[in-house]
Amino acid sequence: MGMTLAEKIIARAAGVEATKAGNIETVTLDKLMSNDGTTHLTIDMYNKLKNPHIADVSKLVWIVDHNIPADSPKTAASHMKMRDFARENGITYYEGEGVCHQVMMEKHVNPGELIFGADSHTCAYGALGAFGTGVGCTDYLYAMVTGTSWLLVPETLRFNLHGRLNKGVYARDLILTIIGRIGANGANYKAMEFAGDGLKTLSIADRISICNLCVEAGAKTALMEVDEIAEEYLEAHGRKGQGTRFRSDEDSVFAETYEIDLSEIRPIVAKPHFVDNVVPVEEVKGTKIDEAFLGSCNNGRIEDLRVGAEIIKGKKVADKVRFLVVPASRDVYRQAMDEGLLDIFMEAGAMVMNPNCSVCWGSCQGVIGEGETLISTGTRNFKGRAGHKDSFVYLASAATVTASAIAGEIIAAQM
Amino acid sequence: MSETFEAKAWVLGDDIDTDIILPTEYLALKSVEDMKPYAFSPLRPELAGLIKPGDMIVAGKNFGCGSSREQAPEVVKALGISCVVAKSYARIFFRNAINNGLLLIENPDLHDDITEGDTVMVTPGEKIEYNGKQYEIAELPDNLMEILNAGGLVKAMRKKNGLE
Repeated sequence: MGMTLAEKIIARAAGVEATKAGNIETVTLDKLMSNDGTTHLTIDMYNKLKNPHIADVSKLVWIVDHNIPADSPKTAASHMKMRDFARENGITYYEGEGVCHQVMMEKHVNPGELIFGADSHTCAYGALGAFGTGVGCTDYLYAMVTGTSWLLVPETLRFNLHGRLNKGVYARDLILTIIGRIGANGANYKAMEFAGDGLKTLSIADRISICNLCVEAGAKTALMEVDEIAEEYLEAHGRKGQGTRFRSDEDSVFAETYEIDLSEIRPIVAKPHFVDNVVPVEEVKGTKIDEAFLGSCNNGRIEDLRVGAEIIKGKKVADKVRFLVVPASRDVYRQAMDEGLLDIFMEAGAMVMNPNCSVCWGSCQGVIGEGETLISTGTRNFKGRAGHKDSFVYLASAATVTASAIAGEIIAAQM
Repeated sequence: MSETFEAKAWVLGDDIDTDIILPTEYLALKSVEDMKPYAFSPLRPELAGLIKPGDMIVAGKNFGCGSSREQAPEVVKALGISCVVAKSYARIFFRNAINNGLLLIENPDLHDDITEGDTVMVTPGEKIEYNGKQYEIAELPDNLMEILNAGGLVKAMRKKNGLE
């Protein structure tokens, strides 16, 4: 019996020839990412251990992105703790460089690696064929001091993509459609693997957007095999040939296989307060908005900003609507600047912010008040996620968000 | 850990996410003690004040979905919740709860039968008894029980270090 991509990566990390879904393996981690959401807690626990030491400091990457720049003495203190610890121990450390997953994709993730991130959206790394999975700070600490952890080998849900997305339909619409279909725990404990000829039509930006959101279906990780598009991305980011390329065997066993025709996907919105609460944009057309957000690890890349800029060029943000544009990294920010995109957004009346998690996680900036409505390219729309407990978040593509910012109400972009 | 205990049930629905368990705005508070009053506040602001040590939570499917924030299971534990019984758990929350010494039990039926405020008898790894009915529950593997019994993964590590 063949092995799936997920099984092969875990077998390699566990140093065993073969494994299968349901086994529990002790694995050596290749990289360990942590951000300012919980790193201060990890440090507190580390300091409680007897003669603690870091198993392999070269594997650690710490990124300040959730509250950057600090917005209160409390977050400043948390950052100081993280910064000092990183410097004392020689940990790779970024501050102001971008949202953690985007920075990881640009600078660190290699195919075939097994990566723990103390952040649920770590599953994004599957876009480059790596097994990324989110853990809490205690699991992170254990991996940091021992270099290892245990993992239940997941079953795989396989999604074969066919054809291509129509103009005006985006990767965000595709993954929201899939989550709507399988439900918010439809992939609980499982890996979601994407393959098929349709995958070749999707850029790395699209692929990150898809893999990133799989945790909203409960997935342990998301995976795609490395192809020429991924190789090009790795080469362009100075990591040509690094890592190991795996693919699911022809005779590997999938818990479920789905055939998805990309041409059937339509612009979609996830309504409050669940990511799987999806409907076609037309169904919520006319819903008044107070704020729009274009950014996050899901949709803050240059490709997303180009989509938004094309739509808003020469137009204005609606009266009484705040439009936050937040490039996902410093590289994305500078490229958007070079291409004149930031100018287009500012001319239209948008606020262009520094790279950070912004209102996607309801802190730092752009928080919404009682009764307000946000349309967002962020990752979640849970009750209270973006601010007041009695507020409303709709999730949609960069195109829908930008078109809605101009209209002052939810509307699909006219492409 | 396998001794039977009695607990008063607080009943919640499906998909109780980590932002409900502890909203982002309270994550920066200095200690988990400071966070306690805000647990579950977007859904039921009064709940944290009503929960007494030893009480339990009974919930539907996908309890703990969302963020990897460990403050979520920590605050539930800090409120004195003796165990959570849900139809299913999101995986990151499941690991985080065990690592913080919070007992999670999976059962498909109790949630459908229970009335909030009622008392439930729990024998970890064995059974739940409620209203004259018995509910079978699975045993947790030894390594996880070791972590739970120590009160969490860090405490288990400290125990191995001879610190506790």
